[in-house]
Amino acid sequence: MTVELFIQYLVAGITYGSIYAIVAIGFNIIYNTTGIINFAQGEFVMLGGMLSITFLQLLPLPAAIALAVLCTMAIGAAIEMLFIRWLVNPGVLRMIIITIGLSILIREAALHIWGDNVHSLPYFIGNEVSTIAVLGARVSPQVLWVIGVCALMVVFLNVFFQATSVGREMRACAANRTAAILCGIDTRNMVTLSFVLSAGIGALAGAVMSPITYTQYDIGTGLAIKGFTVAILGGLGNSLAAVAAGLLLGIIEAFSVSIVPLAFQDAISIAILLVILFVRPHGLFGSSAAAGLKEF
Amino acid sequence: MKGLMRKTVTAAAAACLLLASSAWAETIKLGAVLAVTGPASFLGGPEARTLEMLVEEVNAKGGINGQKIELFLKDTAGSPEKAISLAKQLLEEQQVVTVLGPSTSGETMSLKKIFEDARTPLISCAAAEVIVDPVASYVFKTPQNDSFAARKIFMEMNRMGASKVAVLVDNSGFGKAGKEQILKIAPEYKIEVVEAEVYDAKATDLSAVVAKIKANPAVQAVINWSIVPAQSIVVKNIRQAGWDVPIFQSHGFGNIKYVEAAGAAAEGVIFPAGRLLMADLLPDGHPQKALLVKYVKDYEAKYKETASTFGGHAYDAFMIFEKAVTVAGPDKEKIRAAIEGLKDLPGTGGIFNFSATDHGGLALDSFEMMTVKDGKFVPYTGK
Repeated sequence: MTVELFIQYLVAGITYGSIYAIVAIGFNIIYNTTGIINFAQGEFVMLGGMLSITFLQLLPLPAAIALAVLCTMAIGAAIEMLFIRWLVNPGVLRMIIITIGLSILIREAALHIWGDNVHSLPYFIGNEVSTIAVLGARVSPQVLWVIGVCALMVVFLNVFFQATSVGREMRACAANRTAAILCGIDTRNMVTLSFVLSAGIGALAGAVMSPITYTQYDIGTGLAIKGFTVAILGGLGNSLAAVAAGLLLGIIEAFSVSIVPLAFQDAISIAILLVILFVRPHGLFGSSAAAGLKEF
Repeated sequence: MKGLMRKTVTAAAAACLLLASSAWAETIKLGAVLAVTGPASFLGGPEARTLEMLVEEVNAKGGINGQKIELFLKDTAGSPEKAISLAKQLLEEQQVVTVLGPSTSGETMSLKKIFEDARTPLISCAAAEVIVDPVASYVFKTPQNDSFAARKIFMEMNRMGASKVAVLVDNSGFGKAGKEQILKIAPEYKIEVVEAEVYDAKATDLSAVVAKIKANPAVQAVINWSIVPAQSIVVKNIRQAGWDVPIFQSHGFGNIKYVEAAGAAAEGVIFPAGRLLMADLLPDGHPQKALLVKYVKDYEAKYKETASTFGGHAYDAFMIFEKAVTVAGPDKEKIRAAIEGLKDLPGTGGIFNFSATDHGGLALDSFEMMTVKDGKFVPYTGK
């Protein structure tokens, strides 16, 4: 394999990986505060793309994306307040079924609003054919946007969780909800905030990737499955592990093309998920002792 | 008084029922199973809208031989399982005389035996050759054969002097059937397939596989055979890799939305397509010109969206049904025989000539080679 081809696969892998990682982080944020998997996470990504495309007709690109992210955050908050907040001691299963129901609801609503066609944002720099040479390989500038924005989001989230008091409160809520309540933290608001946050990062990712992947009303499901795989692979609840696992899966997928036919790409990622579930059910980077204490 | 009232009501109700059932008997029941929603909705959507428009138009003129058409349109969402149960429902409950659709080849194949057993004509809007080869007595189709498209592409490659190709197909029924045809026909044109890959219809980025085929120095041209939006991603990824290879698409590219999705990368893509995409550019005497121009104009005025060849397949299916019923009346068996007798019938896809052995009715000349220039479809002249 030439260096050029190697770089080409690597960049493709990092692109897939960053997108998977962002979806997985969305899963993790909500998992940490509520203990559930929000299966509507992929729909946040779709909404981010679709709303940006809609707002672009009225606003310049950065404003359209910002507004789309804010709207998706508001939708995330609304979902939590309307469907999750008032539940008294909800079971894990019940919450999961609620989020699956919501994902179907959002998807069908999107079908009615935006129709079944693919939509996409224009390329942020250049157009469909512009390329940048990276060590002999050629990549679209939009790929760098996706990787860059995803990296920035990860940095931002880390700073947020480590250095701000709200972030620390959310972590406290994740670590031990009862203790957090005793410390005077309003855990309910933390849960709402986690929905807002994961809706926001999902939407931003959805907008940035839209020129490359297109946005269609039903892209959420596929993304949610990949993101879920990555979240499990890294160890549920650990956002940095999700990044590592996302990149790992993306790169494996990209390089697998050189050995086996493309048609087996998904089979490979699912096979990896199965192996992880059998061998290290707490994920590559998770601890089995911690996983044993969790309800789900 | 009360008794009288009750009697009147009963009588009125009975009269209503009688009237209703007599009105019922007079309509021609036409079924349609189309993928109006779901992944194949870009086919089923325009097809369904076309049918609704045409049925409305024919009924406004008084129907066929004085009988109104009653359309039972069912949405399969592109799923063969749903297509089977909806088709059975149409056959058994609504007792339709003919069913139009389905939109995809996979669904059509799953219905083939059902319609043979039910002895009811099925006029499919899907392209795969296996639908009519081997011929099933009751199954017809309106789109051009995949092999015509493959032959047109190979003929152009011969002209260009390209003999080694990479083939990329999507994993839909259309893609799989296309790959089979390409591999089967290529040797006839002395063309060698050096790379063949299948991509997921829901793929979001295909730069890895593009890198792989680009790394093969033998590849002189790429055939990207697909009917799903992901085909635009292939085109983009090829150009983004800085690869200036001739790209051939299938007739599944004949939707301006795919050109919009691929943007600047779509420029210069070569593909075979029905004449619907060049209706305005046809010479005035062309037998298809008048009906193509009218269909495109009517459709675009009514639905405010660009007419596609896919909607055209439903137009042809309906027109064939209409002609057959005009000749034979609303009887399943007679409709079937009448369709086989249709000759020199211009449709959106080409000139139809059906026979007992040809249930597709179209020939190689039903396709024209086209390309994309400034974001629009234009006839391909071979630069």
